[in-house]
Amino acid sequence: MKELALHILDVAENGITAGADRICITVEEDRTENRMEISIADNGRGVPEDVMKRITDPFYTTRTTRRVGLGLSLFEDTARRCGGSMTIDSEPGQGTRVTATFVHDHIDRPPLGDMAGTLMTLIYSNPEGDLVYRSHSGDGEIVIDTKQVRKQFNNRPITDPDVFRHLMKQMEQIKT
Amino acid sequence: MGKMTIDDLKKIKEQTSEETSLRHGAANVKIIVHMGTCGIAAGAREVMNALMDEMGQTDRQDIRVMASACLGMCSSEPNVTVAVEGEEPIVYQHMDANKMRQVFRRHVLEGEVQTDFALARG
Repeated sequence: MKELALHILDVAENGITAGADRICITVEEDRTENRMEISIADNGRGVPEDVMKRITDPFYTTRTTRRVGLGLSLFEDTARRCGGSMTIDSEPGQGTRVTATFVHDHIDRPPLGDMAGTLMTLIYSNPEGDLVYRSHSGDGEIVIDTKQVRKQFNNRPITDPDVFRHLMKQMEQIKT
Repeated sequence: MGKMTIDDLKKIKEQTSEETSLRHGAANVKIIVHMGTCGIAAGAREVMNALMDEMGQTDRQDIRVMASACLGMCSSEPNVTVAVEGEEPIVYQHMDANKMRQVFRRHVLEGEVQTDFALARG
């Protein structure tokens, strides 16, 4: 994966597959501490204990179409390679939170990348669900919350052209 | 007809938005972008973004876009399945933004299967 935003998309898609209707993505960049933290939390069905033990094993998957499961393994590998780590907290029936940390200026740390593309893809592919994106860095805080956006438009669907255009405009602020 | 009040306007707004939502009812065409880890690493997000852009330019309300998991054919990712009602679904392989635009305009809108990019039928 060339961008952290692609890892985020991948992990968040897992949440949607797990039946989540609310995904919260947080990106924190702390340059004074030289640290970056990404967390993806969902309110899906959670990870059973026996699966959790092997979840980052690349040769373990719950799927039957193929024998490898690389998503979380790759994310963990990227975090470790960049002087950080990845943790998964999950409560069956409540949801899952994946948190990864990185040394901010580590030479191997991929750029955050096209976060707007990731968010629009997530929103469009799961129009009934809600998504909250929070990014915090030295430049300030950005919050995008699809629930707020829909409220502004009298709960019209997110795929409605007006709502969609408005979201696209909001995305401009996170384009790098 | 008397003077319109703010409430009247609100009602009209609600009605119109309801109608718009209703148009989101029947789906004659389903476009599935396969977004497993393999698909994402191979460029499925750019395919999806191109598709969103094309969707924004059409008035057709009977087309649904969905993301789904990996098909099990990771080496041919990004894969996109186009399922037109009453026809066999077509799986396209090695997609990119431009191929997606072509498939959307020619296959989805005009019904002409783009055999050059197709991996399989069914």
